[in-house]
Amino acid sequence: MSALAAPEAAATRDPKHPDFLSATARQLAEMNRSHGWSLNVRELQAIQSYFKSANREPTRAELETFAQTWSEHCKHKTLTGPIRYTEGGKTRRFSNLLRETIMEATLRLKKPWCLSVFQDNAGIVRFDADWALAFKVETHNHPCALEPYGGSATGVGGVVRDVLGAGLGARPILNTDVFCLASPQHAQELPDGVLHPKRTLAEVVSGVRDYGNRMGIPTASGAIWFDDGFLRNPLVFCGTVGILPIQAVRKEVKPGDLIVAAGGRTGRDGIHGATFSSTGLEPSSPTGAVQIADPIVEKRLLDALLTARDQKLYRSITDCGAGGFSSAIGELGEACGARVRLEAACLKASDILPWEIWLSESQERMVLAVPPKHLSALEKIFAVEGVEHRVLGEFTQTGRLQVFFGKEALVDIEMEMLHHGLPKDEKAATWTAPKPSNGRKPRVADDSGKMIREAFHALLSHLNVCSRAWVIRQYDHEVQGGAVIKPLQGAQHDGPGDACVLWPHAATGKMQSFRGLAVAQGINPSYGRLDPYAMALACADEALRNLACVGADISQAAFLDNFCWGNPDDPEVLGGLVRAAIGCRDAALGFEVPFISGKDSLYNEYGHGQSRAVSIPGTLLISAIAPVTDIRKAMTMDFKSPGNAIYLVGKTSREFGGTLYAEWAGIQDGCPPLVDIPLSRRTLLALNHATFQGLIASCHDLSDGGLGVALAEMAFSGEIGAAVDLDEVSRARDMEEESAILFSESPSRFLVEVLPEKEKAFLRAVKNVPIARIGATIANPILRLSGMSGSVFFEEPLSRLKDSWTRPLAAAMDGK
Amino acid sequence: MKKPKVLILRTAGTNCERETASAFEMVGGEPRLVHIRQLRAGHNRITDFDIFVIPGGFSYGDDVAAGRILANEIRRHLPELKTFIRSGRPVLGVCNGFQALVKAGLLPNGRTGEQIASFAANDSNRFEARWTRLRLNIQSHCLFLKDLPEMIELPVAHGEGKFVVKSPKVLEDLKRSNAIALQYVNEEGNLAGYPYNPNGSIFNIAGICNSEGNCLGLMPHPERFVTRYHHPNWTRQTFCKEGIGLEMVRNAVKHVLS
Repeated sequence: MSALAAPEAAATRDPKHPDFLSATARQLAEMNRSHGWSLNVRELQAIQSYFKSANREPTRAELETFAQTWSEHCKHKTLTGPIRYTEGGKTRRFSNLLRETIMEATLRLKKPWCLSVFQDNAGIVRFDADWALAFKVETHNHPCALEPYGGSATGVGGVVRDVLGAGLGARPILNTDVFCLASPQHAQELPDGVLHPKRTLAEVVSGVRDYGNRMGIPTASGAIWFDDGFLRNPLVFCGTVGILPIQAVRKEVKPGDLIVAAGGRTGRDGIHGATFSSTGLEPSSPTGAVQIADPIVEKRLLDALLTARDQKLYRSITDCGAGGFSSAIGELGEACGARVRLEAACLKASDILPWEIWLSESQERMVLAVPPKHLSALEKIFAVEGVEHRVLGEFTQTGRLQVFFGKEALVDIEMEMLHHGLPKDEKAATWTAPKPSNGRKPRVADDSGKMIREAFHALLSHLNVCSRAWVIRQYDHEVQGGAVIKPLQGAQHDGPGDACVLWPHAATGKMQSFRGLAVAQGINPSYGRLDPYAMALACADEALRNLACVGADISQAAFLDNFCWGNPDDPEVLGGLVRAAIGCRDAALGFEVPFISGKDSLYNEYGHGQSRAVSIPGTLLISAIAPVTDIRKAMTMDFKSPGNAIYLVGKTSREFGGTLYAEWAGIQDGCPPLVDIPLSRRTLLALNHATFQGLIASCHDLSDGGLGVALAEMAFSGEIGAAVDLDEVSRARDMEEESAILFSESPSRFLVEVLPEKEKAFLRAVKNVPIARIGATIANPILRLSGMSGSVFFEEPLSRLKDSWTRPLAAAMDGK
Repeated sequence: MKKPKVLILRTAGTNCERETASAFEMVGGEPRLVHIRQLRAGHNRITDFDIFVIPGGFSYGDDVAAGRILANEIRRHLPELKTFIRSGRPVLGVCNGFQALVKAGLLPNGRTGEQIASFAANDSNRFEARWTRLRLNIQSHCLFLKDLPEMIELPVAHGEGKFVVKSPKVLEDLKRSNAIALQYVNEEGNLAGYPYNPNGSIFNIAGICNSEGNCLGLMPHPERFVTRYHHPNWTRQTFCKEGIGLEMVRNAVKHVLS
């Protein structure tokens, strides 16, 4: 380690840290606690010895810089650190879990259309000859627990900036939103400091709405999962897809480039956001850590930057997210060095301290590397768009991060130490398989029409199945004129679409290209409670099924992962996460679908450090994106006309662990549905094959609630009835009850409507997969089922089924 | 033939400008996105253009009220717009642009410059994004609606779209002068309540045109229905090759060329 230069104005150092060098482990831990750094003693000691060798005390700003750069939130030190994993008496060591599972799969798949993976602010894939797509999904869980409106709005703003800072900047064309919350009808007493889930949902929706709508980005894809395990720690995932020219994918910083900060002013909001998000929540968690959002400032910035990008006025760009300037400039200058003059920053108020300017997470700010000769041209664009900006310094060749405020040296440390000096701590992880299923048959032995009717209405009105229109209609999902397959589908535009399809060239006036893209998600924490590995496969399967339903090309799909877990210092919690990561790897390799980006959020627990800390169920969100070769061949899920054949593609087995039906019927089953990946991939590709030939009238995947729910949804969305014989369903040998066939959640299954004249061709297209013609669409608007006895045992008007499905969420939120 | 020049006004928070430009390009217009600062600084002149459009968005975040700040800016700094309208050239305000035209006193009747109507929050008290059925006033002289079918469909997306008037007399005048260009209706073409009328507008008013027929403001978005693939039911039915919104901008371009 080279000698450190002593900052000049030692006298102005924060008086609270005169004794950092000589502090004992206990004193370090106390400092860590009182400053909210979220570092452990070994990490603090590494910093201590660094400054010991330099023979000087660190400044407050330096300690804060280390704390945020080394935070779990920024560094992802659990997923990228060493783990000793034990399962079934066998131990396996990972030196970097992420690299050895998910990233390894991506590397092995070697997809030539992956242009930038796991390195930039977003994953970037090729879209067509000239354009690429950037996709990133972030979580904003901790802020949303404290201040749901501001938390979700800044969640959107943050991920939009990620995409604006991907490559040389991508134009955002889609926002996605996924929420995990407790039931809005929660009636029990709330833990101290916890907001009611109904309020949380109303406010997170408002936050996503107000930010996305104002920026003119369609929010057209998402999911909501209700589970009381999220009462204390709701999860909010915000994603953005952007489009950028292929030649704007690469970025570089050269010494001598100016450091230009543009956009919002710097204030005291959001100090310690990164570090507070790296620990659990407590009643006393600081609400001041949540930032304040201003979408119009970001819209101005977006308009200005894309113009500047096309004129090649800057060489690199990144967003100010967690850690603010310290993180953005630290990252941009990692390979060369940077010299920063903080007094030049544009401030919200003058009473902010220099180290706070450096760390503030005020929103709507981007940092650019600008060759000096381009500054005046850039400034002209900023002037027209009304974007404030300041030159904060320049990139250097020193390999050091040097920050000044006037003559005062705030920070002078080596980039190498900052980015690679973090000591690695091996964490223990264990996974204990749940007891095997007791194989008990469903408790509801009564498969009478009456009981089935009850089950239908219970599942359709289940909060995890029912209509999301209350949320979706608040989002402008058609701005930019590219949403050709919308989130709500069918005769009355209110059926549950599997995925949205965008046609990005629609807003360019060059409409001769009909290439589009689809985005979908897979999420199921209930499966994860039983087996995170099965959950990972199920999420991957669900996301791909959704894409296949609208006609996206599965052979060019890409995944994003978002892990939200509890305290990784608990080996059992970390064990589940490891198992999910292994599941992601197996899914990626098996489906031949690479992960291109991801983000984890840990310490999603309440009462951190206490013996009764409550953790969320480990939750994996898999988002997927794939091209739609020709949007004119895209599909929706609603039945189109009477007299068509209904095919069930895929095999139905007795799989009830974690399913909605099991919850309703009180079935104990330890095994969630497990995906047969080779069969699933074959099924997806066969379906693609049929779709591209235009052989399918409508297609819907079977997910929560199984065949029964999917069939009802297709029928009432299309206002077309269906007559189905359950005995025709291709199924495991032991399945003789109607309820099991109707509500099993076996993965990799689809319902497909085919016109009579296309049936032959369709059957030729979907070879080598289980398939059965289970019925036909009918003009009479009813759902009619016949069972094992061969006679009709269930008949229900579509209007009643739809009513059960339409009302619950709106009723819970509006009290109507 | 010379392409009609279309000025598409931008400001902070405008967000439908690209698809609006694209629609005009499709029908042979020559759109140019112009920031209001560029107009104010004299870099561009309104009079150099043939068609003037204020697209949708959230100008200045819709702070104070939807379109209010942009309307004030137009009143103070773009007096030429009034002259432009008087010259008979086509002027279109969509959504936020409609709100701005009304609040700037340019619609329903720009002669006095007085604001006689406004917009309130939707009755649902929520942002509403949905497709609406609209009935055109066949007595209207509106050049944008020429030769269009009486019943059309277009999407709306707004939180503050409830059209309100200063007094009952204003509404009577609007009816009498055939200024009401479009109304929200049900499948049968009759005035109906929510969700057909997505915002609770008085007399189901969705769009207003001046009596000269060249200045139209409407809450629904014509630029979002310019191909059949924009319609929510294109996978169900056979629609015309183009969207009805395209016909509306085509009419403006045709008018300039004729």
